[in-house]
Parts: sequence; C-alpha cells; structure tokens
Amino acid sequence: MPWRLLRFGLSKKHPEPRMFDAPDALKPSYDVVIIGGGGHGLACAYYLARDFGITNVCVLEKGYIGGGNTGRNTTIIRSNYLTPEGAQFYDKSLELWQDLSTEFDLNLFYSNRGHFTLAHTDAAMRTSRWRAEVNKHYGIDSEVVGPEFVKKHAPMINLQCGHHPIMGALYHAPGSVARHDAVAWGYGRGANMRGVEIHQRTEVLGIDTKGGKVCGVKTSKGYIETTKVLSATAGSTPRILKMLDIDTPIFIHPLQAMVSEPLKPWLDTILVSGSLHIYISQSSRGELVMGASLDPYEVHSTRSTLDFPEGLSAQMLDMFPFLSEVKVMRQWAGMADMTPDFAPIMGKTRIDGFYLDAGWGTYGFKATPVSGKTMAYTIANDKPHELITAFSSERFKNYELTGEKGAASVGH
Amino acid sequence: MKIMTCPINGERPISEFYYWGAIKTPPNPDICSDEEWSDYVFNKNGAPGIKKEFWCHSPSNTWFVAERDTLTDTILKTYLYDGGAK
Ligand SMILES: Cc1cc2nc3c(=O)[nH]c(=O)nc-3n(C[C@H](O)[C@H](O)[C@H](O)COP(=O)(O)OP(=O)(O)OC[C@H]3O[C@@H](n4cnc5c(N)ncnc54)[C@H](O)[C@@H]3O)c2cc1C
Repeated sequence: MPWRLLRFGLSKKHPEPRMFDAPDALKPSYDVVIIGGGGHGLACAYYLARDFGITNVCVLEKGYIGGGNTGRNTTIIRSNYLTPEGAQFYDKSLELWQDLSTEFDLNLFYSNRGHFTLAHTDAAMRTSRWRAEVNKHYGIDSEVVGPEFVKKHAPMINLQCGHHPIMGALYHAPGSVARHDAVAWGYGRGANMRGVEIHQRTEVLGIDTKGGKVCGVKTSKGYIETTKVLSATAGSTPRILKMLDIDTPIFIHPLQAMVSEPLKPWLDTILVSGSLHIYISQSSRGELVMGASLDPYEVHSTRSTLDFPEGLSAQMLDMFPFLSEVKVMRQWAGMADMTPDFAPIMGKTRIDGFYLDAGWGTYGFKATPVSGKTMAYTIANDKPHELITAFSSERFKNYELTGEKGAASVGH
Repeated sequence: MKIMTCPINGERPISEFYYWGAIKTPPNPDICSDEEWSDYVFNKNGAPGIKKEFWCHSPSNTWFVAERDTLTDTILKTYLYDGGAK
C-alpha cells in the first residue's frame, strides 16, 4: 500500500483533489444537456468546452461515471473496418487516441499490441483481403499474413484450432487496448475544469418539446430548461427515444465478457476469431480478457449466464489448449445498442435540438474520442460533421445502409 | 439453465430455441409508400416491455409465439401462432 494512502486514512482532511467536483443542485437552465456520463457523453462535453467554448453544459448520469458500457468493455481499439466511411471515421479516432494521455495528464495505459483477425475458412481469407485493400487505400496499416506470422507473434497458439485450422489472418499493427474508466475520468475532469457540470445519480425522466423543438428536461433532481439535448445512453437509448416517440432500428442484446485469474505475461497481441466467435488479450495486470458474440435475444439488463463462460471456454481451449487449468475470475455483461448494419446512428433527429449518439453496440469504445469531437461539432453548428453524415438515421428511410457487418460482428 | 416451454415438446433448455424477434404486421406492399415499408422493415419499439415474439424450437422446427418481459427476461406464455386471426 502506498504511504500516501495510509496518511489519508489517518487524517480527516483529503488534500488530494477529486477528479471532478460534485455540484449540489442543478441550475435552472443550460445551453446543452448531455444525457449519459459514459465516455461518449463526457467526450462530447469536453470538446464542446475546449473547441467551441460552450461551457454552460451539464452531463446527467443516472448511475456513476463510466458505469455503463464504458466500464464494461474489453477496450480494443482498432481502425481496420470494411467500409470507406467506417475506416475513415475510426482512423480519425485512432489518431486522437495517440496523445490523449498527455492531453489529460492522466495515464490511460494506452498499449499498442497489434491486432489479428484470424481466418479459418476461404471465405474469411477473402474478407481479410478485402478489408486489407480498403484499409490500405485509406492509409491504414493493415495486411494479410500467413499462419507462420501468427505463430511467431502468439507462440502458444494451436494453429490446428480443433477442427478449424488457421489459414491466415488480417494483421493490424496499430491495434491497442486502454484503461476504460480512465478514459471517462480524463474526459470528465477535462470538461469539468472548463466549466461543465457533472451530475451523477441524476436520471432523466422526460424530455419536453414545443412545436417540434426541445425546450426542457425532467430529471430526478428537478426540471431544466434547455434547447439542446444529446442522448449518449448506449443500452438505454430506446428508453430515451420512447420519451419522444421516436422509433429507430436500435435493438438491445446483452454482450458478455470475462477475465481469468492473473497470469505471467505470455500474450502481447490481441487475437480475434470470427469463425470461433471469440477474442482475447492480456491486460497489464495479467488477466486474460475474453469476449464473444452478442447474446442471442433481446434483454434489457446486465445479467450474466452460465452458457457464456461454458461456450467461450470451449472455443478458447481449441485455440489455447494449455489454458485448461486456468480459472475464470469474473464475468459480466453490458447492454449493447445494436443496429442492422453494425454502424452507429449519429447526428440530428426529426426533433429540433435533440441529437443522438447511439447504436454503438459492441464496438463504440474505440470511437469515444472521435464521436465526442464530431458530436460537439454537430451540436455547436446544428449541422452534422462530415465524418458522420453516412451514419444519419435517415439512411434507413432511404435504404442506404452501410455494410460494416464483416468487420464488426464479433463483439469488440 | 433457463427453460422455455415449447407448445408441442414441453419444457426444454433455452439453448434449443432461437429467437426471431417481435411480431410486426406489414403494411400492404402494393399500396404503401417506400417510407412506410422502410419503417416496417427497420424501425421497432426498442424499449423494454412485454413483447409478443416469434421463437422456434430448432430440433423440431416448431414455430410459436412467446410473450416475454424483455426487462426481466421472464417468459409469461407460449402458444402456437394462430395465423394472425383477430
Ligand atoms: C462486454 C462488452 C465488450 C465490449 N468491447 C468493446 C471493445 O473491445 N472495443 C470497443 O470499441 N467497444 C467495445 N464495446 C462497446 C463499448 O463499450 C460501447 O459502445 C461504449 O462504451 C459506449 O459508450 P457510451 O458512453 O455511449 O455508453 P455508456 O458507457 O453505456 O454510457 C451511457 C450512460 O448513460 C446513462 N444513462 C442511461 N439512461 C439514463 C437516463 N435516463 N438518465 C441519465 N443517465 C442515463 C447510463 O447509466 C450510462 O452510464 C463493448 C461492450 C460490451 C458490453
């Protein structure tokens, strides 16, 4: 235990400043109200204040900062998506990630590992080549590699993988992991320092409109007048949309994950298998962080199931048979807000002053910086940022879906 | 293990079933607009609640209706589809 902590334990004063202050009461009005104190809501507040000087902003969080999917995800960051709009968007995010720790003066444990999408079939090899070509076209570091290369980077792997021998992989050198709650805290502190108020344990209960325009927000701590509201509520998005009678294609399925007991470092890359529907990386604490695909049906809660570790472990042992004695430490779930085309829904809505940042499903952690930045632009200018026009909710009405499924279907 | 009741085969583990989604009534494709059709195809009430859903018991390929609370994941009732008769 650090001595500093002991000193705090014995004294009644806590000289160490908190990450952000906790205001007692809401003001009667704000220029912008952000619903959801996850990474996305806090990042938007941060860029509104930093880039646009809009500081009369509050972030309302019904639980605690980062307690939603931001603190439940497996933290994989990459930009090797399949569609031009996806690849460019996520690549901008990757660029923003690079100096976030410095900008926040907070160690995000951003760790560059390299990311493999293993291919066990001809079809998967073909998708890998396709993705590599799209990626290279946009200057993204991405290439198809053979099984020897995989073995060199992950020597413990069983290339036979049960009945699914590994034929090759899409290798994305910039693939990284980061400490998720630090991301929320960093954005929260940065926003707070610039004047944004963060209200935890404050739930939004209703949104008032007049003549098709937002005019106020009902919360568990009172009423707020405002003309601009952003919903960045991930798994709770349909509940917020219901307050405004907006139907979207968003559907909620749980996504589960688990970690093993800590082991000595033996895996320094991120491995994903689309055919086995699993992925794995090793955290800086030595735990194996493992995930799989979505739960098969709609549920609006964060309950875990026994089927999940059972199924995931069976597949994992095909890839790493030596893990058979390793114990599972924890499992958990988040509510993933899915869309039919595996791309987010971002931007304006049919209600003036109501903005949406949702549909982040199983892949939105990596997008935290870029979605914060582009949503701040969109709110400040009341006009969608050019990087997000392809993600507008209008695309369904116009039958202009994006084709991202091939790069996003195993949850990370 | 979670158990679901198939109207034909009785109580079975949930892993024997697959989920097809809430039952929606399509507008008449001959007369509806493209926009009404896209609304039917894509949009849904995604909020939690008690929903009527199509499920299938896959070993026997039995399609049926389940009434389920999607907030608590409680299965309230299962029965064979009556073809949409009112
Ligand atoms: C198991 C799992 C693994 C994942 N792995 C990855 C990964 O490896 N890489 C990746 O990029 N993405 C991953 N994701 C996806 C990623 O976690 C999310 O897309 C992202 O964190 C969403 O961030 P957010 O800020 O939008 O939402 P959240 O962090 O969920 O924040 C939304 C907040 O809104 C609050 N809220 C809801 N309703 C209200 C209300 N009425 N009033 C006030 N507040 C409200 C909630 O309490 C919550 O804190 C994973 C997700 C899960 C569940």
